[in-house]
Amino acid sequence: MKERIPDGLREMLAQATGAGHLPWRALLKPGDWLLLVCAAALVAASYPLLWRGGVADRAIVRRDGQLVTELALNVARKYEVTGAIGTTVIEVQPGRARVLSDPGPRQYCVQQGWLTRANAVAICAPNHVTLQLAGRGGRNDAYDTLNY
Amino acid sequence: MPMTPSTIELPVTADDYRIARYAAAAIALTVAEAALPSPLPGIKPGLANIIVLVVLARYGWRDAAWVSLLRVVAGSLVIGQFLAPGFFLALAGALCSLGVLALAQHLPSRFFGPVSASVLAAFAHIGGQIALARAWLVPHDGVFYLLPLFATAALVFGTLNGLVAARLLSTPVATPATTATPSTVEPGP
Repeated sequence: MKERIPDGLREMLAQATGAGHLPWRALLKPGDWLLLVCAAALVAASYPLLWRGGVADRAIVRRDGQLVTELALNVARKYEVTGAIGTTVIEVQPGRARVLSDPGPRQYCVQQGWLTRANAVAICAPNHVTLQLAGRGGRNDAYDTLNY
Repeated sequence: MPMTPSTIELPVTADDYRIARYAAAAIALTVAEAALPSPLPGIKPGLANIIVLVVLARYGWRDAAWVSLLRVVAGSLVIGQFLAPGFFLALAGALCSLGVLALAQHLPSRFFGPVSASVLAAFAHIGGQIALARAWLVPHDGVFYLLPLFATAALVFGTLNGLVAARLLSTPVATPATTATPSTVEPGP
């Protein structure tokens, strides 16, 4: 088996496992440290930058895809929208919103409960009404889930 | 079966042997790495880049480019990914990181070692892959959602690979052995 290993790799493996090396820390030069610190800061900054979009600040109510109203999520209130088969009641509380009642037969959008994240959506299909939360101007507004 | 002497002579230089040997080492690492489970598609240690870094430091950018691209093509053939999406992602990553390494090799070597080159190349690798994935495979800004994870992986593995490369390069005994062998080299096992 040993002779199957390419020479270059064997030589490197021998070196890598060999003793008498410099300590790991000596392999980093000042510029390397500087670059690593900058890179780590950039990477850390990329998390809040690209992963925000969790904060919702308004609820968008649509009927048949047409905007009915936008409700700010800072004041508790209720809003009624008349759809295809009846009246859907939207309830807004600070930071969250839900469909309080809906004439639809299966009540999916009601049972979904409170929506808290930007881009979360509750769809009352029988009544042609949707409730969607939106965040403040983030790039992530364009999508709400991601999967492979 | 008796061999007819070939009428075609392909002159093989010492450079060719050297590049082939390093490329073989890089391909071996690619194959070994393909056996490792990955938490996310695209997050890999990129061990073969250690070889590319060593070649870059010892023999210059041209040889490193040869080794890197041979690694991508032959490595994908070995693991059955040739012309699959993963192949093009690897190629995009390799081309981007070679581009960055072409610039990074001009950093003053007094202050910057292989770790800097490795980290920069790792970020370029991720950048190239994400750009291609955005343009071709997932034409949606959603891919950038994964960028922080990829960037973290690039930083961690770039640093580790760079340290290993720096350590390999810090043992000067190997250099005469590697450069001396091509004159007496056999065509391989």
